[in-house]
Amino acid sequence: MSAAKKAPSRVLSLPARIYLIFYNAIQFLGWSFLLYKMVDFVVNQDLEGKSLWEHVEIPLLIFQSGAILEVVHCACGITPSSTIITFAQVYSRVFLIWPILYKVPDARDQIGFSLLLLAWTVTEVLRYLYYVLNLISLVPGFLLWCRYTFFIILYPAGVTGELLCCYRALSHYSETQEFSILLPNAWNFTFNFYYYTILVMLAYIPVFPQLYTHMFVQRKKILGNKKHD
Amino acid sequence: MEIGILSTSGGKQLATLTVDPNSTLKELKTQIHRLKSHLYPDRQEFRQEPRGKGLDESKTVAALGLKNHSKLYLKDLGPQVAWKTVFLTEYAGPLFVYAWIYQRPWLFYGEGAANQPMSQVAHIAAYCWVIHYTKRILETLFVHRFSHATMPVRNLFRNCAYYWIFAAYVAYHVNHPLYTAPCQMQSYIALGFWTICELGNFSIHWALRNLRPPGSKERRIPRPTKDPLTLMFNLVSCPNYTYEVGGWVAFTIMTQCLPAGLFAFAGFYQMAVWAIGKHRAYKKDFKDYPRGRKAIIPFVF
Repeated sequence: MSAAKKAPSRVLSLPARIYLIFYNAIQFLGWSFLLYKMVDFVVNQDLEGKSLWEHVEIPLLIFQSGAILEVVHCACGITPSSTIITFAQVYSRVFLIWPILYKVPDARDQIGFSLLLLAWTVTEVLRYLYYVLNLISLVPGFLLWCRYTFFIILYPAGVTGELLCCYRALSHYSETQEFSILLPNAWNFTFNFYYYTILVMLAYIPVFPQLYTHMFVQRKKILGNKKHD
Repeated sequence: MEIGILSTSGGKQLATLTVDPNSTLKELKTQIHRLKSHLYPDRQEFRQEPRGKGLDESKTVAALGLKNHSKLYLKDLGPQVAWKTVFLTEYAGPLFVYAWIYQRPWLFYGEGAANQPMSQVAHIAAYCWVIHYTKRILETLFVHRFSHATMPVRNLFRNCAYYWIFAAYVAYHVNHPLYTAPCQMQSYIALGFWTICELGNFSIHWALRNLRPPGSKERRIPRPTKDPLTLMFNLVSCPNYTYEVGGWVAFTIMTQCLPAGLFAFAGFYQMAVWAIGKHRAYKKDFKDYPRGRKAIIPFVF
């Protein structure tokens, strides 16, 4: 979920515009492929005994990690969203795919992961397609409606999935103390990845309602106006 | 004459007040409080435009150019809490939290932690911490003169969270059974520096208190007094913050504890923001404000 962009009439240099069309198109293709792989897994149940994670692992890691570029885009000013908000959103995604899903097999292949993948793929396919078409000012009303309506179910579903995956990963970090810094050490500093994960999960409590209501406000503004045209 | 009072949110007419030209806004606030019992005066802010600046309540209706049937906007500042209350609560927390964790409770360290040896510097750190926050509480009660009476209640929770959580964070590490003390020389020198900074910080608070006699609204440029620690005024606009940061840096070096350093940095960041604001205000208000004075770090910024 990204903060809504302003109207297409932004002053973007041509190289920046071309780059962004290119970037968003690649992401659109990548996430469409992931959506296809997910549907393929559900429809054709028995694929050499591979799990859903094994089916989507590589493209998921690649394309979701690629979203880190979006923080750079904001910082450089070629996209209008807030750098801090985009950082928070990309951070939560990268946190889920690397230290949670990639690192901890227990976090995969349960309902949480399925929810997460469903929410992310559908959302991102819509989002990146919207961005591409927006950059050439050719957004069909139906796409706009989808982008600002599907989130109503997908956003809570995705958050539920993310929290479930985090929860499943907790015991691994509690037992192995991986990525943690323990005492004694010269600077008397500690870092406990288990507690850090709990902190990230708790952060959803204040942040999710704000972002969710923000999307509703955006929906009213953008879809509400269209009705009057 | 009659003044219409409109809400800043929505512009709804809240009341019509009958006033004299010499009535102060403070008196108007009392009138509104009588009409709407939940809007005590500290919660009210008058503005001439819905999004305009808050008006000084000591100003009179006439001084603001208001006539019969003029309109004033009223903003509800939300539930308020006295500044003193906020300060006392936010400082009492660190005192009790650190003192509690200093006992090495099983909740944080497991059973038997209290029986393990504790380094001398961990003891000294606890005394420094308690002295620092006791000093803050006493200054709140007896030294500081607050220019505002109240602040929004949500600030109470936000400020307390900051102080209390950081107190637990620092205390947990310094009092830990596996805490490693730095060399004694380092700790003693840092302790000396800390002491100077605490005395310096107090000197500045005392000097600022005496800068303006009680009841007066006169603003004056702060200058060094007979106390040599106030010579810092020659170098910075906010030497109280300079000494405060110095104290926490000293505490960090004394304990060689990175969490304490993070706390020092967080405090420094906030105080730098405040100092820069104050510094700009001084320069704007006083044409003869001494050049060469920086905001918070001498010679730097």
